[in-house]
Parts: sequence; structure tokens; C-alpha cells
Amino acid sequence: MKAHMQHLRYVMGENPVTFFSFILFFLLMALGLFGPWIAPYDPLASDTANALKPPTWAHPFGTDNLGRDVFSRVITATRLDLAISVAAVSLSFVAGSVAGVCAGYFGGVTDKLISRLTDTIMAFPLFVLAMGIVSALGNTIENIVYTTAVINFPFYARVARAEANSRREAGFVEAARLSGNGHGRILLFHMGPNIMPPMMVQISLNMGYAILNAAGLSFIGLGVRPPTPEWGIMVAEGAKFIVSGEWWLAIFPGAALMLAVLCFNLLGDGLRDLIDPRMRT
Amino acid sequence: MKRDSLFLIGRRLLQAAPVVMGIIVVTFILTRALPGDPAVFFAGPAADEKSIAEIRASLGLDKSWPEQFWVYLQNLAHGDLGKSISTGQPVIEELATRLPASLELTFMGLFLAVAIAIPLGILAATRPNSLIDHLCRLVVTIGVSLPTFFTGLFLVYIFYFLLGLSPAPLGRLGIIHIAPDHVTGFYLIDSLIAGDLEVFRASFSQMILPASTLGIFALAPLARMTRAAMLGVLSSDFVRTARASGLSRRTVLWVYAFQNAILPVLTTLGMVFSFLLGANVLVEKVFAWPGIGSFAIEALIASDYAAVQGFVLAMALMYVLLNLAIDILYTVVDPRIGLEG
Repeated sequence: MKAHMQHLRYVMGENPVTFFSFILFFLLMALGLFGPWIAPYDPLASDTANALKPPTWAHPFGTDNLGRDVFSRVITATRLDLAISVAAVSLSFVAGSVAGVCAGYFGGVTDKLISRLTDTIMAFPLFVLAMGIVSALGNTIENIVYTTAVINFPFYARVARAEANSRREAGFVEAARLSGNGHGRILLFHMGPNIMPPMMVQISLNMGYAILNAAGLSFIGLGVRPPTPEWGIMVAEGAKFIVSGEWWLAIFPGAALMLAVLCFNLLGDGLRDLIDPRMRT
Repeated sequence: MKRDSLFLIGRRLLQAAPVVMGIIVVTFILTRALPGDPAVFFAGPAADEKSIAEIRASLGLDKSWPEQFWVYLQNLAHGDLGKSISTGQPVIEELATRLPASLELTFMGLFLAVAIAIPLGILAATRPNSLIDHLCRLVVTIGVSLPTFFTGLFLVYIFYFLLGLSPAPLGRLGIIHIAPDHVTGFYLIDSLIAGDLEVFRASFSQMILPASTLGIFALAPLARMTRAAMLGVLSSDFVRTARASGLSRRTVLWVYAFQNAILPVLTTLGMVFSFLLGANVLVEKVFAWPGIGSFAIEALIASDYAAVQGFVLAMALMYVLLNLAIDILYTVVDPRIGLEG
């Protein structure tokens, strides 16, 4: 543990960018948890007398076409955006780990079936597949979560499969098997902890993609409905005003989205350095 | 050698068959997994029991799943993807008329990305830790984090509203221009064939912003991979030998290093294309581009299922074809692949 902390401090000191991404991560978490209390205005309260006002001290991000405070809406939206992607990523993490570990550990028909499934999903352009699934399941927020989980599933299943496959003949697995552990127990208590580090890296690299994907779906009008504050839909609503020069409607939620994705991507790179220094680029 | 690579290409074509089958099965499941009863949906709100049953029979929904799948396959073989409810036209025709617009944009974006990413990656790899290397890293990090629709709107704000350099983001041509005669469907090529430079310039200036948006998005993974591959190759033994033998910098870089580094870049190109086909949908919405992406969005909002599923199928098949093309290119470029098989 101590060595870990030392290594962590080393990586942080070595790479200020990772440190910056940690700060950004905590900021995002804080906004996600306490957003509604931090926001200075009610994100849904309209005030038509003050519509489409550029940024001022009272409204740091300006107001939208209904006079709603863009700053408050961007802050409140953090929770929904993060919730959708965290839920989706957790689902694909759980399903992908279980499927991938089984495929790598048992091999044979199980492996063939699961590999065929991941290959088929990956044969689609993923965002396009997401559009198809949402149209089939119905246009709701839950279905956005399921869809994002499905298209991210192959990434986890592939990593878990590769990790489990390289360990199925390892000494500690043999030993566990010889001392009478069942397959389930071996997978859960012996394989599981060992494949965790690369899976954690995968999660944080994948989070950014999940956020982008979910926001992209709501940008084209799927899932989240107005007037709910959400970054993708706010950019879509603000897009109409870009050509007449009211940039703050779309640019601020877009920038928030970009920062969130950037944060998770940098965090992923940093975590990878922490866990596997050979992978540094 | 020649026969070997032909054999490999044939085998690769066979390997694509199960993937295509998988795609067809998935799109079939998507068409049948509609929420509620599709027959009720197609019949409309005023339908009674009898007309719903009739529609169910006419759609073939009263048959068993394997039978329905067989019918679906037969229809596909005839190029029948069903009718779009919003326009009343066969989906395949709707897609075919809009496809050139999307392809022209995607290829232009890909071209821009390759034209910038590969030199940038090579420059960064040959001068590690220089200014250009840091620039490359910055571009890569920011590029993957930028939502395409945000980049697009940002470019519109800067180049249309502030600087007034580009035309309004409203499709492939302004209202004052008339589309060139249809030959390829690519306005840039068709206008040149017609010898109309005015239209060529107009469609080019309409395309430059959406294509740059796609380019910025596709640039990051390509530049990253070029840099990593070049770094790996440049530190290898055969490059050292080539240098020690006194070959010129140029020969070492282009003949020895680059030709070997191009292979992983080619693989990345396939993956990038998958992202581009998705990003294309978003960019088309931002720039009111009349491609299949805009068509799919309208269909999605109008719950026009046949159109959406046709779109998904068409995109997936296109992606498979592209991957095939890349693999075949790979076999041609890399002589080692023939030896493994």
C-alpha cells in the first residue's frame, strides 16, 4: 500500500497533467453530487424579460432564449450526464467482465460464442448501432443507458478475455483448482482480482467515450427531453442561435462536455502509467 | 506469390461471410424488437381489430420467427428494405439518393485527417520532445475529447458569424447555385465534369467546414498511431543498420521506416472509419447536410423504423466492405502476410 502511494505521488509529480485531471475529476464529482445546491438559479425558471443576454456577472454564462440561466443549467446537467455514463459503463463492465472471463477461462464453445457476439457488435459503426437500438427499444433515458452499455460491452469483454486467457494455466489457478475450488470460486476470488487493474484502466478510458456517445444521442433528439438540463440537448438547443451570434447557449455546455471527456481520457492515461509503466507513450 | 495473395484475398472474402450474416441477424432482431405491436403502430390510432390483423398478415408478422427471417432474407436479396412511412418511398431509394452526399463528406474529412495526421505523426516521431512533438500530443489529447457537434458549431461561429469567410451552414450548395448534372453524385467531381468552376468553388466552400469538423475528429487516433509506429520502427535494428550504412536521411525515413510504419496506421484507419460513419450523422445535423445521416435522424424522430433499420444495415455493410478493402490493401502492402498463411 505504501509503495502504491509512493508510486502515485511519483506519477503525479512526474506528470502535472494527471494531477490536473484528478482535480478536474473531483470537481466534476462535486458538481454531480451537489450541483443543484451550487447552482445560483433554478435551472428551469424562465425569465423572458432577460432572454438571450450575453454573459454578465449576474449570469456568468448568459441566459438562453427563455431567459434561463445557462450557468445553472450547465452545473445541474453534470449529474444527469455523469449518471447516464456511469450507469452504462457499470453495466458493460459487469457484463463484459463476466462474459470475457468465462470466454478466456473455459475456452471452447463458450469462447467461440462470446467472441462471435463481440465481433458482431464491433462489425457495426458503434454510434450507428446505438441509433438502431434506441429506435427499436424506444426513445427513453433508460434505453440510452442500455444502448451505451451494449456498444461498450466488447471493449470490456475483449480485455477480460485476454487477461483471463493468459492466466488460465497460471500456477495460482492450478493450485486453487487442485485444492478443490469450483470454477465459480476460482473465477470470482482468484481470477477476478487479477484482471481488475487493466479493467479499471479500461473503465476510465471508456468513460469519456460513453459520455460522448450519450451526449451525441441526446444531441440528435434521443433520450433526454427538453426542458431537462443535459449537455448534449443544450448544445442542440443552442445550435439554432450560433448563426445569429448567441454563442454562449451552445459553447458553454459543449465546453463542459469536452472538459468531462478530457478529464476521463487524461485520467485513463494516468492510471495506465500507474499500473503499467511500460505502456507510457 | 501472385497466386498466393489472390488465395489470401479469397479467404478473407469468405471470412467476411459470417460477419455479414451476424449483421443481418442483428438488424432483423432490431426490426422485430419494436416496442409494442408493430402492426398496431403501422395501422395507426384509428384502426380496429380486423384491420390490425390484416396489416399483421400483410407485414408477415403472423408467421413464426424463422419464417419471418426467411422472408426478410429474400427481401434483402432483392434490395427491398421496406417503405419509409414518412416519405412513402422505398427505403433503399431514399438511401441511394442521399448516400453520395454523405460519402463525399466522409471521404473529404478522412482525406483532411490523413493529410495532416501522417506528416504530424512523422515529424513528432523524428523529433521526440521537441515543440512539434508536444503539439502533436496536445492535438491528440484534445482531438479525442472534442464532441464533433461542438467542434462543428464552434467552427460555424468563428468562420461564418465572426469572420464571414464561409457560407451559411445550410447544406451542400447555396440557393443561388444549381446542382451539377448527376454523374457520380459527388458535387466536387460532377461540377468538374460539367466544367462549372463556379459550382465547384461553391460546393467546396460549403464542404470545407463540415469536412474539417470530421477531420479534426479523425486526426487524433491517426496521428497518435503514426507517431507510435514511427517511434517503434525508428528504434529498430534495420533502421540502425540502414543509417550505419550511410544511406541518406530521406531514404532511411521514407523507404525503410515509413513503409513499415504504415501497416498499423492502416489498421487504425479502419477503426477511424467506424467512428467517422457515426460522427457523420452528428455533423450532418449541424450543417443541415442532406445525407443519409440527416435522413436517419428525421426517421428516428418520426419513429420510421424501416428507414432507421435500413440505414443501420447500409452503414454496417459499408463498414464491412471498407474493412475488407483495407485487409486486401494490407495483403498487397505487406509481403510478410503471405508467408504466415
